[in-house]
Amino acid sequence: MQLIPNNLIGFFQEPLESLSGVLDNTSLLLLISCVLGLLLIASFIGRMLERQTDDRVNIAVVRAFNHRIRAWWLMIAILVVGFVTGNTCTVILFGLISFWALREFITMTPTRRSDHRALFWSFFIITPLQFVMVGMEKYGLFSTIIPVYASLLIPARIAVSNDQKQFLERSAKIQLALLICVYALSFAPATLYLDLSNSHNEDVRPEGLLFFFVLITQLNDIFQYGWGKLLGDRRVIAPNINARRSWEGFIGGAATTTLVGALLHSVTPFEYWQAALLSLVVAIMGFFGGMVMSAIKRDRGVSDFGTLVQGHAGVLDRIDSMCFAAPIFYHVAKAILEHSDKVTG
Amino acid sequence: MKFMSRLLVIVAKLLSGYSVRWLDCQPDTCQRIYFANHTSHLDALVLWASLPHDLRALTRPVAAKDYWEGGPVRRHIATSFNALLIDRKEIKVHQSPVDLMIREMGNTFSLIVFPEGGRNSSDEMGRFKSGLYYLAKKRPDLELVPVYLDNMNRILPRGEVLPVPLLSCITIGEPIWLENGEGKAEFLRRARQSIIDIREATT
Repeated sequence: MQLIPNNLIGFFQEPLESLSGVLDNTSLLLLISCVLGLLLIASFIGRMLERQTDDRVNIAVVRAFNHRIRAWWLMIAILVVGFVTGNTCTVILFGLISFWALREFITMTPTRRSDHRALFWSFFIITPLQFVMVGMEKYGLFSTIIPVYASLLIPARIAVSNDQKQFLERSAKIQLALLICVYALSFAPATLYLDLSNSHNEDVRPEGLLFFFVLITQLNDIFQYGWGKLLGDRRVIAPNINARRSWEGFIGGAATTTLVGALLHSVTPFEYWQAALLSLVVAIMGFFGGMVMSAIKRDRGVSDFGTLVQGHAGVLDRIDSMCFAAPIFYHVAKAILEHSDKVTG
Repeated sequence: MKFMSRLLVIVAKLLSGYSVRWLDCQPDTCQRIYFANHTSHLDALVLWASLPHDLRALTRPVAAKDYWEGGPVRRHIATSFNALLIDRKEIKVHQSPVDLMIREMGNTFSLIVFPEGGRNSSDEMGRFKSGLYYLAKKRPDLELVPVYLDNMNRILPRGEVLPVPLLSCITIGEPIWLENGEGKAEFLRRARQSIIDIREATT
């Protein structure tokens, strides 16, 4: 009984506390301002390029560039709104992103009529439940609902619907969609609830850790693309899956990401080498995420997850690396924090 | 009523996440018959909602009376999206669905029809009922615009009540007319083929 009023008070107090917390943290504010500045410059350049009419600019590339910038504006808006209004809002916003990503994933994946009820469960019961558990800090539940319970219940629901055709394939598709779009991504807002009380950096906020994570995943995408372009596509890793991703891009990108991650360590609770290690992990997992999503898109014969017709890239195309990197980022960060806990305490 | 219509448009957009493509056809307020493949109860609502605002006010989806008059909620929704309800069971003399449609559209309204008659649950489009032919014969001035609705059957399949909000795509193709001396069977085959052509052009 006592639980409800307390939570309600917390709901109203949280925004004020988190706002003042973010404002106190100068290094995070500085970083957000820098990113905003860079985005403004990039948007300006994008506009200029769009106005160019001659043949020197590739219209498709400019359009893709501008779409990406728009996605980054949206991302930073979501993060800043979340930081100002509190952890609950961030979790809800990430929940909505998950919902949208799942929608794109399932749209691109052929399912059968008899999967309808299982899909309904996935969208309206499992996905919300996952984020509610993240928001309530029930680690034991949000780390098991999808990989354990959903993975048992979804095949069961499909079996009950009395259609045996491609049974394993259909169960696996829905399960993978939930794992990538919902389960994995939910670990990003879960970092907000990590215990930072014994961190190396005293006045650091959990928002800084989440911002660091999102920024590193996005920078890693840019660096891998940039190095791949810069050094040419000499050794493409898997041409059947993705004709652009080369060893040069991957290694150059991962090295740059690690370096930048180390430089940005002051917004995280970590020392520079710990931040570098986390960035390396994010770079590798981000690369894997891009490859897996490319494989799915190639198999389906589409270029993007966004729409049924060719054109705009979707949410899932933007967050694939984030999805793959989030769980391992969470767990490595948690392990480092718990370890330093033992040393100091 | 205005509010309810706006709300319906928002709900349709959220539920079906449609993207609209005008392929060899432009939005226009001239009188038209939009004819589409039919797989879901959402079809009429979503196609109507996807039209630009000024066209939406002038377009009436033709829908089944027995479904949309089942209960006060459905009836209210049907009036909000300006549906023209047709009785599929009792067809009276001089009161045939085609006569009713022509009378109701007058000189201003466009219609949305589903010539397959009922919703189709298989992947192949069903055979077209003859109504479209008689409409074209009685009003040769109307543009007959084929529309292909993609993925709607996965959002709300036949026999399900709860929708799964996937993404869908609405492609509007090049208008056709009834040719001089064209027979019923030939015309209906050509009309059906025009939707299949859109599907093949988009995938």
